[in-house]
Amino acid sequence: MLRNFLIALVLASFGFIFYNLYNSYEPHTELTGIAAHYAENGASEVGAANLVTAVVVSYRSFDTLGEITILFLTAAIISFFLKLSKEDEEKVIIHRGTSELLKTASQLLVPIMFLFGIYVFLNGHLTPGGGFQGGAIIASAIVLAIMANPNMTINHSVIIWVESLSGVSVVLIGVLGILLGGGFLDTTLDGYGLGEFGTIFSAGTIPVIYSLVGLKVGAELSNILNMYQKSQKEA
Amino acid sequence: MEILELGKIGLLIGFLLVIVGFWGVLQQKNIIKIIVSFTILNTGINLVMVALGYVKGRTAPIIDSSVEQIGNNNVINAIVDPVPQALVLTAIVIGFGVTALLLAYAMKLFKAKKSLEINDFNDLKW
Repeated sequence: MLRNFLIALVLASFGFIFYNLYNSYEPHTELTGIAAHYAENGASEVGAANLVTAVVVSYRSFDTLGEITILFLTAAIISFFLKLSKEDEEKVIIHRGTSELLKTASQLLVPIMFLFGIYVFLNGHLTPGGGFQGGAIIASAIVLAIMANPNMTINHSVIIWVESLSGVSVVLIGVLGILLGGGFLDTTLDGYGLGEFGTIFSAGTIPVIYSLVGLKVGAELSNILNMYQKSQKEA
Repeated sequence: MEILELGKIGLLIGFLLVIVGFWGVLQQKNIIKIIVSFTILNTGINLVMVALGYVKGRTAPIIDSSVEQIGNNNVINAIVDPVPQALVLTAIVIGFGVTALLLAYAMKLFKAKKSLEINDFNDLKW
């Protein structure tokens, strides 16, 4: 009884705070400060049509490097936490067969979902989307494949190689920015050019970086899924 | 009744989702339901952040033909604030990482006691 009362009290005070915040909120009518700079100079400085991508990959690329590191850390902690013993690793569980509908649909949908994920991260600098979104779409294709066929095994060494190679390449392109551009993680390299605005080969190294990020995120999320799937073997 | 503009609707729904998420985290007994409430809370905060960057009558921060129509080729008068959207992109990834860790802990907890009820885990309670 007391517990319910306390919960209601907490929620009511949150509601009070939010009500006042909502009432005193006045919508912007203009872009100010850093946003105005990004809007005005984003196209000429970075060359990406999608300004969110310009902010994420070029202006605030340290943030993105941190994001990639955090995802890697999550995958590492989960694989450490759900580690199986030797005998559990060799165990085989017989799963109940899944429905025919799911199996047939997944055969049709999984390749299309992979293709769509690749499209999303290749066009991250032109259309809504990018590396993280594309990687998440690829991982959801893998969820569908696992649900349709629970005995499916994912090749662990392929995932590890894709993940580490693309991670190292992102940092190497960042180092190239010191040598050829304005600093670490600069996407406009001298001699590489910005390309024609609005085409797929534009915005300096952004398409390359975002494709690598997409591959890395896709591999990492698949790795986490693989861990969850395998930990069922533990009795 | 006057019609709310899009930014205010986003703010309102975001705050409601935050309150629903808090209620779930405090009230629910099942660990999986607590994790789901946590993600609802997360979504609400993201929605509030995106709504704060909204500017009335403007389009997404992507430079294409709609920018010509709305702002007469002047990007600064045609788009909403791109910075909160970029921040929310980061926040979504962090939220994903935390949710994945929570689910891994939930799996370990279930293996330990064969139960997902939070009241069964009273070893540290006195």
